[in-house]
Amino acid sequence: MPAQAKRPKPAKLGPQPANPAELIIDGTLASNEWRLLPQSDEETEITAASLAPGKVILPYGIWKALKSDLSSRKTEIGVWLDSDEGAELIGADAEALPLIAVHFPAFADGRGFTTGRQLRERYDYKGELRAVGAFMRDQLTYLSRCGFNAFAYEGEQSLLGLLASLNDFSDSYQAGVDQPLPLFRRRGLS
Amino acid sequence: MYRYDDRDRAIIGDRVAQFRGQTERYLSGELSEEQFLPLRLQNGLYIQRLAPMLRIAVPYGLLNSTQLRRLARISRDYDKGYAHFTTRQNLQFNWPQLEDIPDILAELSEVEMHAVQTSGNCIRNTTSDPYAGVARDEIVDPRPYCELIRQWSTFHPEFAFLPRKFKIAVSGSEQDRAAIRVHDIGVQIVKRGEEIGYQVLVGGGQGRTPVIAEQIRDFLPERDLLSYLEAIVRVYNQLGRRDNKYKARIKILVKAMGAEEFGRLVEKEWEQIRDGAEQLTPEALAWAKSFFADPDYRTFDGAASDAALQAQAEDDKAFSRWLERNSFPHRVPGYRAIKLSTKPTGVPPGDVTDRQLEAIAELADGFSFGEARVTHDQNVVLADVEQERLFELWQAARKHGFATPNIGTLTDMICCPGGDYCSLANAKSIPVAEAIQRRFDDLDYLYDLGDLNLNISGCMNACGHHHVGHIGVLGVDKKGEEFYQVQLGGSSSESASLAKVLGPSFSRAEMPDVIGKILDLYVEQRQPEEPFIDTYNRIGLQPFKERVYARAS
Repeated sequence: MPAQAKRPKPAKLGPQPANPAELIIDGTLASNEWRLLPQSDEETEITAASLAPGKVILPYGIWKALKSDLSSRKTEIGVWLDSDEGAELIGADAEALPLIAVHFPAFADGRGFTTGRQLRERYDYKGELRAVGAFMRDQLTYLSRCGFNAFAYEGEQSLLGLLASLNDFSDSYQAGVDQPLPLFRRRGLS
Repeated sequence: MYRYDDRDRAIIGDRVAQFRGQTERYLSGELSEEQFLPLRLQNGLYIQRLAPMLRIAVPYGLLNSTQLRRLARISRDYDKGYAHFTTRQNLQFNWPQLEDIPDILAELSEVEMHAVQTSGNCIRNTTSDPYAGVARDEIVDPRPYCELIRQWSTFHPEFAFLPRKFKIAVSGSEQDRAAIRVHDIGVQIVKRGEEIGYQVLVGGGQGRTPVIAEQIRDFLPERDLLSYLEAIVRVYNQLGRRDNKYKARIKILVKAMGAEEFGRLVEKEWEQIRDGAEQLTPEALAWAKSFFADPDYRTFDGAASDAALQAQAEDDKAFSRWLERNSFPHRVPGYRAIKLSTKPTGVPPGDVTDRQLEAIAELADGFSFGEARVTHDQNVVLADVEQERLFELWQAARKHGFATPNIGTLTDMICCPGGDYCSLANAKSIPVAEAIQRRFDDLDYLYDLGDLNLNISGCMNACGHHHVGHIGVLGVDKKGEEFYQVQLGGSSSESASLAKVLGPSFSRAEMPDVIGKILDLYVEQRQPEEPFIDTYNRIGLQPFKERVYARAS
């Protein structure tokens, strides 16, 4: 998205993503090595010095404020974007990040699909792209087509069921992160 | 028409299996009502007042006879033996059982059909001109582009959870018969010299807040169709409102920021993706067009054929009337397109029985290369009929109840299912349609009135397109009672306009009289050969208002 596009900002803090102990990464079950810091109204009280060591995913606002002070901890600082925060906010910084998470505050809020695609396709992000929040099992194929490779699922269904849903579709019509060529370029037309 | 290959079959087959699993999870309690809702909606399944309703996609209205026969069989085996053509050129079953839906979808997939994205907040079935490929005023056949859009939008991973539903219509002719100005995106195919391109409009729509679409691009090169659509939907997906579903359509976003600013954002996004993989290759365009090549037309002497038909018509007044109202000129000499009317008096507009679906298949096979088209006014077109066989077709169509010679007249109404079926409706619409049909059943009178669109919606969601009817009727709820508001002056043509409210609403019993007064005034005021909409545009709303609300003296 163009940087000057204004997104409607919620008046008060919306739902925050959970950070489950187990998740799916690259098609297998994995344990979660990252802490996730929720948004807070007292964001300014956090400083680079007060941030505990170890891998942590920061809300975009905090990451933005602290990123220059945290440059020595590059491999253990990730960032999460809320659904009203687009890929262009991270932009070229994406390349150096080990993890970006995108929040789905409700499964019907589909803004994060675009965010994921743009991080991969426009900003050439190669690290872990993690879906967090209230997404559903049946969105996994769409999410993975949009570039997500990690799924911190907070719902009630088993992660094994989710793994099965990753393979709901064997082919696709349009270009995506998983298959950069649309079907019309793969039909062997001459 | 487009035919699936193994890849298309695999994708649709995967969807059937996926939905079978989702239905099982729902029936076993693993999925909640709320979780199942978006899944079933994206498969066209609504839970209605009386039963589930399943909406089947008919891409840009095209059906072959095999598909028609399968739809007939499904309506017999899983429903009550009838189906309903919708204003999005789709088809609905009103009485299927939830647990049968996966089997119905499997049956559909065998004939290259599905119910993908016929509902939900995603890109819906692309609609187009029912006379595509045969109209004399056609610039470029829109069907190949519709098919490319269908494929691009089917299971689009980024756009399955938009702020709200999203509808695209494509017109390839001078006259707009696809109502593109009341769609989220309207694509008008144009030519600049020999170069094919598109005029792109955004932000039109009906519903609670009717808006005429505005142009954001006057000429988009042919190869750039999909990337440009992607840019539009992407901007909408990011910026469209999600806090209020009544303000979530793209028209609200475009209105709020202005079409110029919206267009600027689209262009900026498009600049970044225009040279990407979605750019249409010459091979892809040629391939898409190859599915819509001319059928094996016979060669006729056009003048001789026209003269022979004229002579036949002079001998038979009923045939002549049918020909006048229900046939459409064809670009190939000796051929015509004809419209089968699904609107005899007393039948809900768009409803057809299983036998009638089979009859349409038979007529398509016998007269029109095995294909038929659903129209947005809920009728069926046979596009390629030899003029010398029109009399034979007319007799066959009469036998099956399709030859009501009322196309384009007052009784050829667009009408939503209304309160008889729909849980959203404020009022019934079908009984109003029927009462009007019964009052104005004199054909000489109807022909004298000429072209007149009367559209009826049972609520402000406007499925009956009342905003763009020359006469629009809207069902409203007043303290638990059903009333009807009358609007005048709408049009969905290339000179699109939104109807204006006449005044306070009426009871159902008053409606035929109200319509009668409007028609009387028109007949008094019209100039020779002046259609209703032109008279209205000339004299305005006020005289109609005075006539309808005049106190009995």
